[in-house]
Amino acid sequence: MLRYIIKRILMLIPVLIGVSIIVFLIMRVFSPDPAPIVLGQHATQASVDAWRQANGLNDPIYLQYFNFITGAITGDLGTSYYTKAPVLKEIFSRFPATIELALLAILLASVFGILIGVISAVKKNSIFDNAGMFLALIGVSMPIFWLGILLIIFFSGTLHWLPSSGRIDPLLQPASVTGFYLIDSLISGDMYAFRDAFEHLILPASALAMYSMAIIARMTRSSMLETLQQDYIRTARAKGISEGRVIGKHALRNGLIPIVTVIGLQLGSLLGGAVLTETVFSWPGIGAYTVACILKSDFPVVQGVVLLIATVFVLVNLMVDVIYAFLDPRIKYSKKEV
Amino acid sequence: MLLEVKNLRTEFKLKRGTVTAVDDISFTIDKGEILAIVGESGSGKSVTSLSIMGLLQKPGRVAGGEINFKSQDLNKMSQKELQKIRGNQISMIFQEPMTSLNPVWRIKDQIMENIMTHMNISKKDALARTVEMLDTVGIPSPAERANDYPHQMSGGMRQRVMTAMALSCDPELLIADEPTTALDVTIQAQILELLYRMREKFNMAVLLITHDLGVVSEAADRVIVMYCGKIVEEADVKSLFAQPLHPYTVGLLKSIPQIDDESDERLYMIKGMVPNPLNMPSGCSFSDRCDSCMDRCTKEVPKLQEINGHKVRCFLYEAKEGELNVK
Ligand SMILES: Nc1ncnc2c1ncn2[C@@H]1O[C@H](COP(=O)(O)OP(=O)(O)OP(=O)(O)O)[C@@H](O)[C@H]1O
Ligand SMILES: [Mg+2]
Repeated sequence: MLRYIIKRILMLIPVLIGVSIIVFLIMRVFSPDPAPIVLGQHATQASVDAWRQANGLNDPIYLQYFNFITGAITGDLGTSYYTKAPVLKEIFSRFPATIELALLAILLASVFGILIGVISAVKKNSIFDNAGMFLALIGVSMPIFWLGILLIIFFSGTLHWLPSSGRIDPLLQPASVTGFYLIDSLISGDMYAFRDAFEHLILPASALAMYSMAIIARMTRSSMLETLQQDYIRTARAKGISEGRVIGKHALRNGLIPIVTVIGLQLGSLLGGAVLTETVFSWPGIGAYTVACILKSDFPVVQGVVLLIATVFVLVNLMVDVIYAFLDPRIKYSKKEV
Repeated sequence: MLLEVKNLRTEFKLKRGTVTAVDDISFTIDKGEILAIVGESGSGKSVTSLSIMGLLQKPGRVAGGEINFKSQDLNKMSQKELQKIRGNQISMIFQEPMTSLNPVWRIKDQIMENIMTHMNISKKDALARTVEMLDTVGIPSPAERANDYPHQMSGGMRQRVMTAMALSCDPELLIADEPTTALDVTIQAQILELLYRMREKFNMAVLLITHDLGVVSEAADRVIVMYCGKIVEEADVKSLFAQPLHPYTVGLLKSIPQIDDESDERLYMIKGMVPNPLNMPSGCSFSDRCDSCMDRCTKEVPKLQEINGHKVRCFLYEAKEGELNVK
């Protein structure tokens, strides 16, 4: 198992090289020249040239890439064209906001998705099943920004229950330890801050969670329906154990195995959904920031973000595989299978 | 009397029509008795046992009759009451050994769950009992194999695990659906031997479902022959083999291969095939395959007649003044 994990982590290298080449080329081919944007419309040609020279943009493209990748290996992703701050610093000051949002969203999506899916399967064709699957249908068909706007109008506008933008009331902002406000506010023991941060999270996390929840609910339902038909479920019933135990201990334990993969994939796609959510809810995370950087041709930042997200994606998949092996004793990751 | 099945009728409501998989069957099993049910595939043997266990899946349902276990109708019981009996007083070995064990649970946990559901004993004792049961059913190094997952075992091993599980709470009635089909001959004999011992030791009754007449002649006290959901013949094992009455039973017996048969004759086979349950022949359901079919057989359904404990459902015979006459 450990060998398998190490091998998988080593396999990150070709993935990251491939991803970095693609994003490197795309930025340079399709994005406008950053120099005039950085220096302003009235910059002289001489200053533009000097800036391009200073930032290595006049080098041949393979040399630019080589410089970038050797820097990246030593942990230096360059500096933002605009703030002049190191890219890593720019990213890590915003990444926790996105992670916090995505984690809460995947948590909501998993808990409610599995709950709805299991109830729908156990009470197949009942009113619960129909209601659950109708909700799932809405979930997969509603665009995330539209759902976000509806939530804002209703819960912030009409009911005034929840805030519509930002991560926290600036006056309550906790001292940064982890960058996750829920955790930081707990560390500093500030329950007002915790509550405020949580209230800010609810709407964007719900909007972000909806689609994944719908997918998870549907997959759970079909997986559970299949599991409940299995012979070993009949064996379990023949033992005289309660129906709750049959479903909770025997069916769910088997039915959830494929759901782990679905949740992993959804976590990946949540990072994409976060871009829209963060824009609608003015969430100071990496998604909205990256969009801005793409529009401004801030190459180093965009390259850094893409590398980071690709890493997260691969690691999440690895985690899914490990959990999978843990849940299903039939799976053993031997050397050969890698 | 331990179990009395009375006019049991089990139906499957399908879109294309209703299949009566078990059609008005009645039988009894005494304490310590081994009753065999034989019949071709699709004759309703498994459906009968699932009906008794209350484990029918939709669209199947018991449409009529009584299943009295120790004078209580199982069919009228709530699931809660049934759960106290299942796995405890009545247990079942299923026909499908490869798929009947939970793939993500260790063998020992599956057996211990059964024990701890019904017996008030500690985990340690339950484990000891589990290992003991695995040993009893002939699993080598049972203490180690107890930690295996089902996929690490062969079909025969799994069947023995199922048997160990079914016997773990000393049931009064064991329903064994083809318990020896997946096993080779020596293991088969071991398992039958085990059922025998359990019967001697705990006075356990067995409903033994099989299509292997060899197993029947070795193990059973009494035999029921089923065809298309109906009982066509019932007798103690000696009379049935000595004097089979129903043409279907005769056909089944003739189609057993005999080791000492020196002739070059081809093995007998009952002609035709089991009819489609949605399209049964009128009259006797065996009429279209029967060598002795008469006019009457295609028009009327024969009744089950009894003489001296030997029952048969066929127009060839007529019960008269305490004797069964051949017409
Ligand atoms: N789930 C089901 N849906 C519809 N019909 C069914 C179902 N299960 C059983 N039946 C019907 O019941 C009949 C009897 O099936 P059963 O499984 O009891 O046969 P069996 O005697 O156990 O045969 P085998 O020797 O193959 O195990 C079948 O022919 C089929 O028509
Ligand atoms: Mg069967």
